[in-house]
Amino acid sequence: MAYTFSFPEEVLEHVFSFIESEKDRNAISLVCKSWYEIERWCRRRVFVGNCYAVSPMMVIKRFPEVRSIALKGKPHFADFNLVPEGWGGYVCPWIAAMACAFPWLEEIRLKRMVITDESLELIAKSFKNFKVLVLTSCEGFTTDGLAAIAANCRFASFIFLISQVLNLLDFNFVFELVLNKGHKFESKLCLCLVNLRELDLQESEVEDLSGHWLSHFPDSYTSLVSLNISCLGNEVSLSSLERLLGRCPNLQTLRLNRAVPLDRLPNLLRRCPQLVELGTGVYSTEMRPEVFSNLEAAFSGCKQLKSLSGFWDVLPSYLPAVYPICSRLTSLNLSYAIVQSSDLIKLISQCPSLLRLWVLDYIEDAGLYALAASCKDLRELRVFPSDPFGLEPNVALTEQGLVSVSEGCPKLQSVLYFCRQMSNAALNTIARNRPNLTRFRLCIIEPRTPDYITLEPLDSGFGAIVEHCKDLQRLSLSGLLTDRVFEYIGTYGKKLEMLSVAFAGDSDLGLHHVLSGCDNLRKLEIRDCPFGDKALLANAAKLETMRSLWMSSCSVSYGACKLLGQKMPRLNVEVIDERGPPDSRPESCPVEKLYIYRTIAGPRLDMPGFVWTMEDDSSLGLE
Amino acid sequence: EEDTSYSHKEKHFFTHKPNMATILGKESGLNLKETELCLGLPGGGGVGGGGGGGGGGGSSEVETPRATGKRGFSETVDLKLNLQSKEDLNENLKNVSKEKTLLKDPAKPPAKEILEIEGDLEKYFRAQVVGWPPVRSYRKNMMAQKVSTEDVAEKTTSSTASGAFVKVSMDGAPYLRKVDLTMYKSYKDLSDALAKMFSSFTMGNYGAQGMIDFMNESKLMDLLNSSEYVPTYEDKDGDWMLVGDVPWEMFVESCKRLRIMKGSEAIGLAPRAMEKCKSRS
Repeated sequence: MAYTFSFPEEVLEHVFSFIESEKDRNAISLVCKSWYEIERWCRRRVFVGNCYAVSPMMVIKRFPEVRSIALKGKPHFADFNLVPEGWGGYVCPWIAAMACAFPWLEEIRLKRMVITDESLELIAKSFKNFKVLVLTSCEGFTTDGLAAIAANCRFASFIFLISQVLNLLDFNFVFELVLNKGHKFESKLCLCLVNLRELDLQESEVEDLSGHWLSHFPDSYTSLVSLNISCLGNEVSLSSLERLLGRCPNLQTLRLNRAVPLDRLPNLLRRCPQLVELGTGVYSTEMRPEVFSNLEAAFSGCKQLKSLSGFWDVLPSYLPAVYPICSRLTSLNLSYAIVQSSDLIKLISQCPSLLRLWVLDYIEDAGLYALAASCKDLRELRVFPSDPFGLEPNVALTEQGLVSVSEGCPKLQSVLYFCRQMSNAALNTIARNRPNLTRFRLCIIEPRTPDYITLEPLDSGFGAIVEHCKDLQRLSLSGLLTDRVFEYIGTYGKKLEMLSVAFAGDSDLGLHHVLSGCDNLRKLEIRDCPFGDKALLANAAKLETMRSLWMSSCSVSYGACKLLGQKMPRLNVEVIDERGPPDSRPESCPVEKLYIYRTIAGPRLDMPGFVWTMEDDSSLGLE
Repeated sequence: EEDTSYSHKEKHFFTHKPNMATILGKESGLNLKETELCLGLPGGGGVGGGGGGGGGGGSSEVETPRATGKRGFSETVDLKLNLQSKEDLNENLKNVSKEKTLLKDPAKPPAKEILEIEGDLEKYFRAQVVGWPPVRSYRKNMMAQKVSTEDVAEKTTSSTASGAFVKVSMDGAPYLRKVDLTMYKSYKDLSDALAKMFSSFTMGNYGAQGMIDFMNESKLMDLLNSSEYVPTYEDKDGDWMLVGDVPWEMFVESCKRLRIMKGSEAIGLAPRAMEKCKSRS
């Protein structure tokens, strides 16, 4: 006896509206045709992890009522200058298509994409309800484009995460324009400027920058929620800033830049005691007791403060000024602070609620030991190198520091650790201590460094990590590694989604282990490994189950790339080679860089001269 | 993200990892193949890369001609490289590990220059394998900023290598732009560029060559009495002058900032400009 059981569409739609997560939404849409239909009409947020995996029209056709879209462009290794400029990641076709199709679009978030002024202008013109623009590590635009957004988007909350493109002058200009136009920002304004690069290191234009843009916020403007100017090199007018802060009761995040002197910080803090996140300016000045007590009092007044960052140029005797609030701190970013271990220890020992710590390797093993003793709730630790290009260690930070933290912090899930020595024993201990690790990124600075005790490869150490940390999602390898480590990864890394490999392995077997074993692998990025054709071709089908594969300075031949491209129409096999057309060399010649990604949009048409997409059989007219 | 301590061209150089033997051979005129030069770069990029990597990365023995027209090595090496002093260099050469032996043929000791170049490059490559360690440029720059504050003072005077960026403002326009004066060859070029930038505002035609005719006093005074816009600039001495009073090259050197203002406002400048003009000629 079969019976159909169905809710009216409206009911289902209402139920679906509580489902936010992408993955869940995707799962819902697979249940049956009617659920697919209902779901697609009510999906409001779309995330496209690779802008070339699907065409704008496809997204528009399937999800006609989108309000928020996120797109990612360049491969992750672009962050480390491995992707030549001009590679791609242009958002223009998306904006153009969405301008017609999504008049009610509110949010655009882009990461590692190229966006031009024309696109920004189009955004400004086309989306009447536009609210949020987030640009992370993007490029290609000038202030003209931003000005268009600023001038035309009445309801906008902007979050600009801009990498490298704007200099301070341009920033001034944007604000001049915005505020001269007399616009009132009717909703919350979030201003977050990160990674501004200054083109102009030569001039010290103090007279122009002091207050130039800050003073243009109209007196009536009270909606600031977040202001992050941490990367601006030059001074801002503190009096203007004080006035602004004083009238914005909703301000939650304030991240100052290096140029804000420490003795002015108390005045700023007094005007926004509701602050939740603070990035200090320079953290040193003449040691004067009244300055210190003023500062301490100001910090004490911020009862909601949970996150601290900044701490440029620290004078240790001022660190105790934050002690009154340390017990509430959940996040501490000291990754630009040059502070000695002993002072860090004193600070960290007062932060029992700490969930997240980003710090330079000045913390040393001793500091990490103290961290392990004091911060039992710690979830995430990142230790950055103070001298990444130095040949000799400059600090007493070894694998022991990480071992201590793994022992002392039962909730530790996410690790990024730069160091100069490691042992299998240590990795083993870490793995056994912390099976709940989900992200483990280890960077031993010198490539191919063996276990410093046994001089063996670090295969078994990393093997222990993947074996014990059953929920590991992200892993980055370093040190001396043979094919063995990949065998472990393929065997145990069943939940692994992203793997980064450099200077590792002996043969194709290594790559084969990973491709054949890691069931949930989505992103694989490899550089300088002796992986060639065999593993790739043998696991061609696997590549369609992943978002992307990056291989640079490996041994994949042009012939193999061609073959892969021919046989796998739903993959774009891109050869990136700045030596000139791969045709001009023998087929057996390895390509410089290879980027393979699944797509239902076919080969892209916007490739620069140094990128070739391998044609599939259909495009050769053989189908 | 770009690493601001190196020029754009140098960045391209690194991604190439050129064949050391041919390039050094070109540099010094010696046939280095005879000396079996072997640079064990960490990336295995040298011919015969060592260690557990098994030479996979450098297995190509094909000559790689520079088809792309980018700068060759010998040009880029002159640009600002963070090379060590000679003393440190010799120290480092002594410390070079076995894997990184520079020469295999002891019968032919290298000329000192070659060793030094190789040493420089060897350290340079070792330190500057592209994208390794994986620290984002932003972080590198922020850390470097503290260190380089002393350098900044020295850099203030030289503008040629990294361009001569000056602010350009135009009275009444909400725009404030920045231009690199080294991108232009003449006042006309600059004038055209400015006209494009501020296209919604008329700048008038203040001379066929885009220059104010300083020699013709009455013409000058007419211009300055009008509501036409004239370009002015702040020079090294902090004085505001009319653009065009000095030869182009001198202008690029001394211009700190540009401001396009109404002729009637600029009139106050004219006498001083004329003074300076006369005192120069």
